[in-house]
Amino acid sequence: MTPTLQIFLMISAALFSIGLLAALSRRHAIFILIGIEMMLAAANLNFIAFWRFGPQHQPPIGVMIALFSIAIAAAEAAVGLSIVIAVYRHYRTTNVDQLDHLRG
Amino acid sequence: MSSWIVTYLWFIPAAPLAASLVILSFSRARRKSSATLAVAGQIAALTMSSVAFGLTLQPRGFRAFHNFTWFTFGEQTLRIGFVLDPLAAAMLVMISLVGLCIFVFSVGYMADDKNFTRFFVYLSFFSGAMLGVVISNSLLLLFVFWELVGLASYLLIGFWIERPNAAAAAKKAFITTRIGDMGFFLGMLWLYNRSGTLLFYDAGKGCLESAALGMLAASITFIALLIFCGAVGKSGQFPLHVWLPDAMEGPTPVSALIHAATMVAAGVFLVARVYPLFSLGAINGVTTSLTVVVWIGVTTALIAALIAIAQADIKRILAYSTVSQLGLMMVSLGVGGVAAGIMHLLAHGFFKALLFLGAGSVIHGCDGEQDIRKMGGLRRFMPVTFFTYAIGMMALSGVPLFFSGGWTKEEILHAVAHWPSSSLPYYLILAGVVLTVLYMTRQIIYVFFGQTRSSSGHAHESPAVMTMPLIALALCAIFFSVVLTPAWPWLHAYLTGEVVQFGIARLIQPMFFVSLTLVGMGVGLGIWMYRKAGVRDRNRPAEIDPLEYAQPALFRFLANKMWIDELYARTVIAFSWMAARLSDWMDRYFWDGLVRGFGAIGQLFGSLTTSVDERGINAAVDDTTAGTRGLGRLISGAHSGQIQTYLNIIAIGMLALLLLYAWLA
Repeated sequence: MTPTLQIFLMISAALFSIGLLAALSRRHAIFILIGIEMMLAAANLNFIAFWRFGPQHQPPIGVMIALFSIAIAAAEAAVGLSIVIAVYRHYRTTNVDQLDHLRG
Repeated sequence: MSSWIVTYLWFIPAAPLAASLVILSFSRARRKSSATLAVAGQIAALTMSSVAFGLTLQPRGFRAFHNFTWFTFGEQTLRIGFVLDPLAAAMLVMISLVGLCIFVFSVGYMADDKNFTRFFVYLSFFSGAMLGVVISNSLLLLFVFWELVGLASYLLIGFWIERPNAAAAAKKAFITTRIGDMGFFLGMLWLYNRSGTLLFYDAGKGCLESAALGMLAASITFIALLIFCGAVGKSGQFPLHVWLPDAMEGPTPVSALIHAATMVAAGVFLVARVYPLFSLGAINGVTTSLTVVVWIGVTTALIAALIAIAQADIKRILAYSTVSQLGLMMVSLGVGGVAAGIMHLLAHGFFKALLFLGAGSVIHGCDGEQDIRKMGGLRRFMPVTFFTYAIGMMALSGVPLFFSGGWTKEEILHAVAHWPSSSLPYYLILAGVVLTVLYMTRQIIYVFFGQTRSSSGHAHESPAVMTMPLIALALCAIFFSVVLTPAWPWLHAYLTGEVVQFGIARLIQPMFFVSLTLVGMGVGLGIWMYRKAGVRDRNRPAEIDPLEYAQPALFRFLANKMWIDELYARTVIAFSWMAARLSDWMDRYFWDGLVRGFGAIGQLFGSLTTSVDERGINAAVDDTTAGTRGLGRLISGAHSGQIQTYLNIIAIGMLALLLLYAWLA
């Protein structure tokens, strides 16, 4: 079976859906972060796939964007995790259901 | 003509003024230093005055002035300045010399007063202001000092502020002189309007010099008379003389310095200073304004001399005597004898200060008693005071030959006798001179002769600090006559700028015998009338005045000061009282009503707008805010704070958009 764009897009969509499901259903803040990372990875996969199956002899724009995105995701994960730690120190919990101080 | 001295002339008034300011900063306890400082300031003024006087001796008719710009407004420049001429120099020396004697006397007289330092503040302040009046070369500057002198007089009359009489007398003096000053001020404005300058001498452009006088022609009489109003107030001339006798409520040195020797003479000095305004356009030496001056002077001289006869207060007698003598000076000025008037002013300054200080010594010795009927026989207890007082009395009476007053009075009589307009003033003045001798004889007999009465039993001579000035002034009163005699009329020549000539023959003139006769008549009449004063005589009890016994109605009329005070109370004061009441009523009911009406209208508008505000605008704003708040509450429900709910909604929304897109494509 030759790899085609459709297969990559389907894998990417599945990855995104799993990530979304994780982010929506888990109560632990770190798991939600993991879900978000998965959705980010799905987006990166799309970038590379569209570059790979696009017109030949293109500059590797998709790869470059994916690389930048991964770097940003790493920074984002660091910030997110430190927020989680700060929140935990303050509220003694990481359960997002209980973190509703910004309610109207 | 200018001289270096006029540039520094202002040092003379500045010395006492500076002393006054420094003493002002002293505490009450520093009596010795404040008295020393005041006397030092006065000595400085006397020294500088003497130097200035010495410089005016040569050449004859010396006059120097120094003008400078005070301030500029628009295109008008206001200039003031100082002048030094024989008139100013003679006044300077007289004021500072008499002032010095009185300062020294005050050290003894006020020794027991708790406000000793304050007294010297006022006294120095007065001295400075008075010296300023004399050297002013601008009517405006003169007016400024004139008012300062008035203020000093007010403060000193009311010095014993805790006495209601003194406070009332101070107010009376201030307000009465104020009436005259109002006229003075108007005259000054008028003069400025016409001539454009208030400088007396300004190298031909001053208001007393021919160029400016030429522009005044029509209004000169009114200007002169308005300025004369100021002199009438200050010098206690007839309609406004009422304040001067009351001013005797002040301490006796004040009476001597201000209300006998210097300030009250300022009016006479003023007339002499602006004499060209009075004499302009004179026909045979007579102008309308000068005629008014003569008649006011004659009236004053005679009325005051009459009233003095029936007074019992030793200082009041002298006060009326002062008023009378000032009237005499005015007459002299009015008939053209300016030099004679000023000479009498100078001589009067010495001997009247002497008399007042003598009276002060008597009062001091009798423990504050001022009623001459309760004194008597004091010549035994107070020999120095008696002798000096007698010299003063003889000088005032005009005893010829040895006493200064005699020569000046003779000269005045001479001038009045030759007045072309009418000879009535001459005879009235003769009567006035006799009356003067009469009341002085009466006073001397009551105070110093006869038997000891209630207040004089424990009398004592005053300390040296008080008798020394008396002796100094008595010597002045005698030796001053040297420069006054007709044989060697040095002062007359000095004042008029003529060359003095010696001529022993002029010593004895017809007027000399007239003078001698008048004095003889006065003394004879006085001794005859009052030989039994203070003792029981036939049916007359001891405490009744001989004149009162003989002519009770006349005596009562004179003792009550001719009811002039009462007349004023019924007319002028009653009128102004009514005017005040009317204004009060107008203010209270008419203007107040008007204001209240406007207030009510404002209040009405206020309540109207309040209700519009409350019911209309306020309610609308309230409703709007309530609506906004409800909406906010509604929407804030959606903000659950649950992050996953938000994410859910985003996901569903995106899905919906995706489906919509798929369906549309």
